[in-house]
Amino acid sequence: MFYRESGDFKTSYAEDQQSFPIKFDRYAIWILLGFAFFVVPFFINDYWEKSVLVPFLVWSMAALGLNILTGYCGQVSLGTGGFMAVGAYSCYKLMIAFPGMNIFIVVIIAGLITALVGIAFGLPSLRIKGFYLAVATLASQFFLIWMFNKIPWFYNYSASGMITAPERTMFGIAISGPSAPSWATYLFCLTLVTIFAFIARNLTRGRIGRAWKAIHDMDIAAEIIGIPPLQAKLSAFAISSFYIGMAGAMLFGVYLGSAEPGEAFGINVSFLVLFMVIVGGLGSILGSFLGAAFLILIPVLMKNIMVGGFGWPADLAAHLELVFIGGLIMFFLVVEPHGLAQLWRITKEKLRLWPFPH
Amino acid sequence: MSGENRIGDTILEVKNISLSFGGVKALTDISFDIKEGEVRAIIGPNGAGKSSMLNVINGFYHPQQGEVWFRGKKRVAMKPYQVARQGVARTFQNIALFKGMSTLDNLMTGRITHMKTNLFWQSIWAGPAAKEELEHRERVEHIIDFLGIQAIRKTPVGRLPYGMQKRVELGRALAAEPKLLLLDEPMAGMNQEEKEDMSRFILDVNDEFGTTITLIEHDIGVVMDLSDRIVVLDYGCKLADGTPDVVRNDQDVINAYLGVSHD
Repeated sequence: MFYRESGDFKTSYAEDQQSFPIKFDRYAIWILLGFAFFVVPFFINDYWEKSVLVPFLVWSMAALGLNILTGYCGQVSLGTGGFMAVGAYSCYKLMIAFPGMNIFIVVIIAGLITALVGIAFGLPSLRIKGFYLAVATLASQFFLIWMFNKIPWFYNYSASGMITAPERTMFGIAISGPSAPSWATYLFCLTLVTIFAFIARNLTRGRIGRAWKAIHDMDIAAEIIGIPPLQAKLSAFAISSFYIGMAGAMLFGVYLGSAEPGEAFGINVSFLVLFMVIVGGLGSILGSFLGAAFLILIPVLMKNIMVGGFGWPADLAAHLELVFIGGLIMFFLVVEPHGLAQLWRITKEKLRLWPFPH
Repeated sequence: MSGENRIGDTILEVKNISLSFGGVKALTDISFDIKEGEVRAIIGPNGAGKSSMLNVINGFYHPQQGEVWFRGKKRVAMKPYQVARQGVARTFQNIALFKGMSTLDNLMTGRITHMKTNLFWQSIWAGPAAKEELEHRERVEHIIDFLGIQAIRKTPVGRLPYGMQKRVELGRALAAEPKLLLLDEPMAGMNQEEKEDMSRFILDVNDEFGTTITLIEHDIGVVMDLSDRIVVLDYGCKLADGTPDVVRNDQDVINAYLGVSHD
C-alpha cells in the first residue's frame, strides 16, 4: 500500500477538517496507539519504564505545553523549569493533604494551579515581546525555584529540603512511590499524554488555536480583525502552564519519586524543553513528541551502543554523548530550521509522489 | 450599479478630528461622513494623512480632538478589537496576513468575531464546537468561491504571489462580514490586469453584500470610476469633498496634485 491521498476523496467539510485527513495516517496512529496501550504493558520491564518510556512521555507533555506557548502563540518562555516545579510542589502538597485522592485528579489539579501561576507570570507578555519576554520569564524561573527552596511550608519542613512522593493509587493500583509496578506508571503517563495530545491538537486547529497563530504571525493584524491580545496571550500562558504543570507533577510524582527544586527544575530544564520544541518543530504537535524523543532517547541509545556495545568507559561515553547531541542539534537546525516535524512533512510530500516524481 | 437607492443613511461620521504625534500634526480638524452602501474614497498626496484617518476609524489611533460616530453612537476610546467586533474590517497597505497559516485558516481567522464556543467543547472538537466550525467553513468557502481562490485553499499564504496575497487579505476582511470595510491601497503594486480584477471585486462586494466601502487609492482613474464620493486630504487638512466630478474640477485639488506656479 502506497502512502498517498489520491483516491481518498472528501465529500464533506467535516471529513476535510479531521485531524488526520489521510487514511494511511489514521490507520498508523490507531495501530501505534493500540500497540502502546495493549501490547507494550505486557512486555515492559523496569529498565524500559525508567530509562525510556516514562521519561519520554513526561518530557513530551512538557514539550507540548511549551509548544503551545512558543510554537503556536509565539511567546518565548524560559520559565518552563519553574512552572514544572509549581506542578511538582502542588502535586506533593495535594498528595500529603488528601491521601485518598486519585492520583489522576491530583495531577490535573496540579496542572490547574500551575495554569493560575502561568497567567500571573504571563501578564508582562502584553507589554514586552521576543527576547525581552524571554528574560522576564527567566525571572519567573529563578523566583519560583528560590521560593520553593526558601519557604519550608512547600517541602513540609523536611530536614533535607527535598520532597518525596508517597505511595498514591488509582483504582487501587499504586502509581507513585517505590512499589509502583512498571506497567502501571507507564499506562498512567501514556493515558494522560494521549488524552492531552488530542486536546492540544483540537485546541490548536480551532478558534483558539487560530487566534494564537494569528498573534504569533502578526499581532497588530490579529487585534484589528477582532482578537483581544490580552485574552489570546493569557489563554496561551494558562493552557501551556497547565500542560507544563502536569508534566512537572508526573516528573516528580511518577518518574523521579523525589526532587530538589534546583536540581530537578533548574534553568537547564527550561533550556532542555525549549530545545525539544525547537528541534522537534515549533507549532507542531508531532514535533513536540519528536523533539522529546530526540533529546531523551538518543542519549539512552548512544549510551547503550558505546558502553554496552563497544565497552567504552562510562565517563568517556557521557562526554562523547554531549558532543554528539550538540552536533546533531546543529546539523538538524542547519538542514531544516523548522524542525523534525517539517522534515517529516517534506518526506510525506516526497512519498506522495514516489516513485514518479514528475 | 443599481442606482442611488442602494445608498442609505450615514453609517459613520467623523467630526473635527485632530491628531498629532508630538509636534507633528497628522490630521487637522477633519470632518466627513460615510453613508451606508456607498463606496467612499480618501485620496491625497503622500503624507496627507489618509492612513492615519483609517487608523483613527478603526481605533488604532486615538485622536486628541474630535468624535467618531458609528451607526448613530458616539465611540469612546475603543481598542481595535472592539471596533472589529462592531463590524469594521480592514486591509493594509503592506499586506498583514498571517503568513504561516493557509488561505483557509486566514479566512477562518477572519470569522473569529462570530465564533463563540467555549474551551471545553473546542478541546474535544465535538458538539457545538464541531458544528460551529462547519458552519463557518461554509461561509468561508462561499467567499473563496467569490474571489476565485479555490486552488490556493491549503497553501500557506507566505508562499503566494503578491497579487494573490492582496486578494486573500480582502477575503479575510470579507469573512468578518463587516458593515464597513476599510481598504488601504488595495491596488498598490499591482499590474493592470490585477487592478481590474480587484476593482471588480470591490464593486461586487459593494453590490452583492451591500457592504459600505472606504478606500484609499493612488490610482486616480480607478478612484474616479469606483467611488460615489471622494474626500481629498493634503497635509492633514481636508481640501475637498464630493462626487468625482466635483473633486475633479476643484481648483484646490488641482493645485495640490499638480502644483501652483508662484510667479
